[in-house]
Amino acid sequence: MRTKWIKRAALAGFLALSPLAAHAAGDQVTVTYKDDIATLDPAIGYDWQNWSMIKSLYSRLMDYTPGTANLVPSLAESFTVAPDGLTYTFKLRSGVKFSNGREVVAGDVKYSIERAVNPKTQGPGAGFFGAIAGFDDLSGGKADGLAGIETPDAHTVIFKLSRPDATFLHVLAINFSSVVPKEAVDAAGGDFGKKPVGSGAFTLKEWVIGQRLVFEKNASYYLKDTPRIDGFTVEIGQEPLVALLRLQKGEVDIAGDGIPPAKFLEIKNGPDAADLIVDGEQLQTGYITLNTRIKPLDNVKVRQALNYAIDKDRIVKIVNGRATPANQPLPPLMPGHDANYKGYAYDVAKAKALLAEAGLPKGFSTVLYASSTDPNPRIAQALQKDFAAIGVKVEIKAIANANVIAAGGTEGQAPMIWSGGMAWIADFPDPSNFYGPILGCSGATQGGWNWSWYCNKEIDKRAVAADSMSDPAQKDARAKAWGGIFTDIMEEAPWVPVFHERRVVAKSKRMGGPGEIYIDPTRVINYDAIFVKH
Amino acid sequence: MLQLVIRRLLGAMLILLGVAAITFLLLFMLPADPAVQLAGRSATAQTVANIRHELGLDRPLIYQFLSYLGHLATGDLGRSYTQKTGVTTLIMARLPATLVLMAAGIVIEVTLGLVLGIVAAINRGGMIDRGVMMLSFVGVSAPQFVVALFLLYVFAATLGWFPMSGFGSLGHVVLPATTLGVLGAGWYARMVRSAMIDVLNQDYVRTARAKGVSEVRVILRHAVPNALLPIIAMIGIDIGQFMSGVVVVEAVYGWPGIGQLAWQAIQQVDIPIIMGVTLISALAIVAGNLVADLAAPFIDPRIRAR
Repeated sequence: MRTKWIKRAALAGFLALSPLAAHAAGDQVTVTYKDDIATLDPAIGYDWQNWSMIKSLYSRLMDYTPGTANLVPSLAESFTVAPDGLTYTFKLRSGVKFSNGREVVAGDVKYSIERAVNPKTQGPGAGFFGAIAGFDDLSGGKADGLAGIETPDAHTVIFKLSRPDATFLHVLAINFSSVVPKEAVDAAGGDFGKKPVGSGAFTLKEWVIGQRLVFEKNASYYLKDTPRIDGFTVEIGQEPLVALLRLQKGEVDIAGDGIPPAKFLEIKNGPDAADLIVDGEQLQTGYITLNTRIKPLDNVKVRQALNYAIDKDRIVKIVNGRATPANQPLPPLMPGHDANYKGYAYDVAKAKALLAEAGLPKGFSTVLYASSTDPNPRIAQALQKDFAAIGVKVEIKAIANANVIAAGGTEGQAPMIWSGGMAWIADFPDPSNFYGPILGCSGATQGGWNWSWYCNKEIDKRAVAADSMSDPAQKDARAKAWGGIFTDIMEEAPWVPVFHERRVVAKSKRMGGPGEIYIDPTRVINYDAIFVKH
Repeated sequence: MLQLVIRRLLGAMLILLGVAAITFLLLFMLPADPAVQLAGRSATAQTVANIRHELGLDRPLIYQFLSYLGHLATGDLGRSYTQKTGVTTLIMARLPATLVLMAAGIVIEVTLGLVLGIVAAINRGGMIDRGVMMLSFVGVSAPQFVVALFLLYVFAATLGWFPMSGFGSLGHVVLPATTLGVLGAGWYARMVRSAMIDVLNQDYVRTARAKGVSEVRVILRHAVPNALLPIIAMIGIDIGQFMSGVVVVEAVYGWPGIGQLAWQAIQQVDIPIIMGVTLISALAIVAGNLVADLAAPFIDPRIRAR
C-alpha cells in the first residue's frame, strides 16, 4: 500500500512537470466542467453533468430522436402494448454487445431495472418504476426481484404493470433504465460508477479522478453512423471563465458550465456570437412556492395577489434575457402547455385590491428562501422589491441548496421559496412529471419537493385518470387533460410561475449541428449526435 | 526522545478523536438531510426511507459515531454518499496533487522570505528595507482568494505567462503555489530580517569582519545559518496554515487536490468525504508540528543540550 502510494506521489510529481499526453487521432472533442463527475452508474447518477454522459455510455429499450422529444425503440427492435395498457412486450435487437464483449440479453434488462429499484443500490430513480407489478415488494425489502418483469427467451422482455401508466415508455428511456451487465457490477465491488460497462455509443477509456475522463467511440454501436465523433475528453476543475477564454482560443470545444453572467453580453455582442452561443429552450420552469399551510398564504386571495405583483419581464432581464416569462407550470415545449392561457398579468392595483379583500390592506411580513448561487439571490431581491410595492415585506434567506430543500420539505417552515437552481426541470417530456413530486399530494410530505404543500384530492384523481390513458391514440386527449389540470391548479395559485429558463451552451466554431443537439430536451449535450465540421 | 515521540503520538490520537467527534456532531446538526439530498428530486418517501436505512442514518447518533470510529480504527474512512467510491480511494487519488502544491508553496515561501529578509536586513532603514517590509505586510494581510484572483488576472489573463487553471505541467503549479507561499513569505521576510539584524550585531560577526572576512561570506556563512533556525521550526506549523489555504487556492485554480474534493463534498452534504478530508488535514497539522518539534534539536544544538 505504502509503496503504491509513493509511486502515485512520484507520478503526480512527474505529471506536474511533463506536458499532457498526446491525444488519440480522429475527431476528438474537448468538454470542460468545474465540478467533478460524481458517478457514471446509471442507477445512481442524477445530475445535469453526468446525465448526458450516462446516456451515451449505456443503451435502453427506448430512446429519443436526437434533439427532439420523440420516443423511438432503441435497444428494443419493436414493442407491443396490450389494449388494457397493462402489458408491454419488447423484442430486443440481436447481436448488441456490452463493452466487455458479451451479448446483451433479456435477463440484463430485468437485472438492471431490478437493480435500480433495489433499496441496497440507494438509487434516486426507484420511484419511476412504481407501476411495475411487484414494485412494492422489492422496494419494501420483501422480495429480491420484480415479479412484473418476465423474460421468456433471450430476446423478449415482458412488463406487467399493476396500473396503467401512460408515461411507461418514457420511464424505459430514462437513465435509470440503462442496461448493465451483472458480472461487471459485481466485479466492480460497489464502485461500478467509476468502472462503467455498457452498450452505448461510447466507452470510458480513462478516468483520472479530479482531472479528466476520456470517452472513446464504440465502433460496433448498433445505430448506423452513430456517434459522429471518435471520442471526447471531459476536463474537470475548469472555472467557467477560464473555460470560456480557452474556448475562444480554440482549446476547448464545449464549455459545459455555459457562459458566466458577467461575460454574457460581451460574448453575445461579439463578432463570433452566432458561432459560439447555443441558446435553446429546455423543459424548465422557475417558480415561487407559496406555502398553502402557512398563514396568511393559506388564503387563496393572498396567493393570487402575490401572483399579480411580479413584474416577470424585469426578472427576465436579470438573467440577461435568457428566459421566457411564465404564466403556468408547464414550459412551452411540454405537451399540454396552454398557449392561450393568460394567467396573472403584472397588475399592482389588482394585487393590492385582492390583499384588501383578504383583510390585509397594509400587507404582511414573510420569508423567501432562495439558493445562494448566482443569479438566484439577485432574483430574490427583485422579487422582494416587487412584493414590497404591494406592502408585503419579505425577508430573504439565501442559503445552500441542500438547506433550502430541507426547509421546503419540512411542514410549516418555508413560507415562500424561489425554486431557481433547484427545481424544476423535467426528467422526461411528459406533463405528469410536473405534477406528482411538486404539486401532487404525494409530494407534500416530510422531505418531499411539493414546497407549497398544495394537496387537492380532486386534482389528484384527475391526474391518475390522465395517466391511465396509455393508448397512443389518446395522446392528444391526454395532453389536453393534463393542460386543464395545470390551469385549474393556477386558479388556486400555489405557485407564482416566474420564467422558463433557456439553457446557454458555449461551443467552438468547429462544432457542427443544430442547437437542439447541444441542448437536447432529454439529454442536455447529445454526444451521440454532435460532430466536427470539416 | 522516544518518550517524547510516544507522548506526542498519544496526544495526536486524542486530538484526532476530538476533531472526529466535533466534525461528526456539527455535520449532523445541519438542517440538510443527506438522504433527501441523495434521493434527489423525484424520490418517493419510500426511496428516502430506504436510502436512510441503507446508510444507517436511521440509527441513534451515538451508534453511528461509534461505528464510524470502529471503521476508522481499521483505516476505513467509509464510502462517499454521492460517488459510492471509498473515501480513502478518493483522497489518495487527490493527495499527491495537494502535496505537490504544498511542497512548491513551501519552496516559494522560504526562498522569497529568505531573500527579501536578507536584502532588507542589509539595507536596514533604507528605501529597499521599507519597500520590502511594506510588501511583506501586504502579503501577510491579503486574503488568499484576493491574492489568487490578482495573480490570475495579472500573470495569466493579462500577461499570459502561466496557464489559467488546471494541472499537468510546471507552469500550472507556479501561480497556486505562489498564492499559498505569499502569506508565509511575508512572515519569513520579517523574521529573517530581525534575526539577521540581531545576528549581524553579535560579537562573532564583528570578529569575523575584523579578521578581514569578505562581507558576502560574513552574511552567507556566519549570519544566515543562525537566522534560519526559527524558520525551520515554523515550516512544520505552516503545514497547518497551508491545509486551510488549499481549499480556497485549489478551488480558484482548479487544482485537483483534496481541497477541491472537500469543497464539492460540502455542497452535496457528502458527510464521509467531509469527515475524511477533515481528519487527514488534522493529521497533517499534528504531524507537521511533531516533525517541527523533533527536528529542532538536530538543527539547533542549544536545544539538544537542554
